[in-house]
Amino acid sequence: MDPRVKAVAAPKVLEQSFLEARSKLLDIAAILDRINRGDSSDAVHQDVKIGRIMEALKILEGKTPHKAEQIQKLFSLPYDANWEIPSPRY
Amino acid sequence: MQYIDPHIHMISRVTDDYHRMAQCGCVAISEPAFWAGFDRGSVEGFRDYFHHLVEVEPKRAALFGIRHFSWLCINAKEAENVSLSRDVIAMIPEFLQRPNVLGIGEIGLNKNTKNEAIIFQEHMDLAAKTDELILIHTPHLEDKYKGTRMIVDMLKNDSRVKPHRVCVDHVEEHTVKLALDNGFWCGMTLYPTTKCTPARAVDIIEMVGTEKIMANSAGDWGKSDPLAVPELILEMRRRGHPETAIRKVVYENPLDFFRQSARWQEPFSLLNFSK
Ligand SMILES: [Zn+2]
Repeated sequence: MDPRVKAVAAPKVLEQSFLEARSKLLDIAAILDRINRGDSSDAVHQDVKIGRIMEALKILEGKTPHKAEQIQKLFSLPYDANWEIPSPRY
Repeated sequence: MQYIDPHIHMISRVTDDYHRMAQCGCVAISEPAFWAGFDRGSVEGFRDYFHHLVEVEPKRAALFGIRHFSWLCINAKEAENVSLSRDVIAMIPEFLQRPNVLGIGEIGLNKNTKNEAIIFQEHMDLAAKTDELILIHTPHLEDKYKGTRMIVDMLKNDSRVKPHRVCVDHVEEHTVKLALDNGFWCGMTLYPTTKCTPARAVDIIEMVGTEKIMANSAGDWGKSDPLAVPELILEMRRRGHPETAIRKVVYENPLDFFRQSARWQEPFSLLNFSK
């Protein structure tokens, strides 16, 4: 680990990023409102994509670290370790 | 600050982009072979494309004092056409001795299909035979985690692969350690919506350090920013990270990786800026 790239002190990060976080939360709220306002909004509530968004919001709410990594994995297809690996030639 | 953009598709950018990149301190770029936005129809189409990468772009870049390097392959999106892919792989050696060619890339997976994996392995066979560096594209969005795991499986399954001669590109929070913990170099791509932002890339650097990691714009014909690496420089400065750490990520690391290429010759324009 490179000690030169230590994380910035938490109060400073909060100070610098508060408005940005607020703005991004508003974007998500507005997207959900837009979905609800549109025709056939009931249909999308069966859509797995809405479920994923809601699960992601739960990750934000939780106390666990590495939230970005958790959300990345939530939006990822499962990996099967037993897939058929091609063989090197020569 | 002088910087290198180790992954940008200049064929799809205008000359003004070279101008602005040079103004921002870009001294070198590397351009991997990729998809044209449509499937090319023949080996001749690829031959012309490779000619463009080894002849035309280096001259256009040189007008602005930028060194241009390239990587050759057939993109994973076109690997479903296995016979065309094999013909292209057989043709690549015609270009491997050109002075700006760094190796084979960007090979990888796109939708993680069987044919993509077969063609990935056959590119690795070529790289092993000709002792080339390898640059790897990992898939986008929901396919990235699975595809990166599969790519790492194939790399580890091939005893000829030397991890320090491979760069796994487009890593994000959930894949960066798959690359670094297995000894590979990695690249973070600063690209709107589908990949990493400069702020998240700096977060990743704070979490994993500055060893074997670089950042690129992957600027192409999509909505992308050829000045994304300078954005990362600004973000690192904004957080108070020292110039020596920034320089390592945006200059020394790509150069250390490139210098392993079999044909590497120290370009004068880079020697001037060396440590
Ligand atoms: Zn690319």
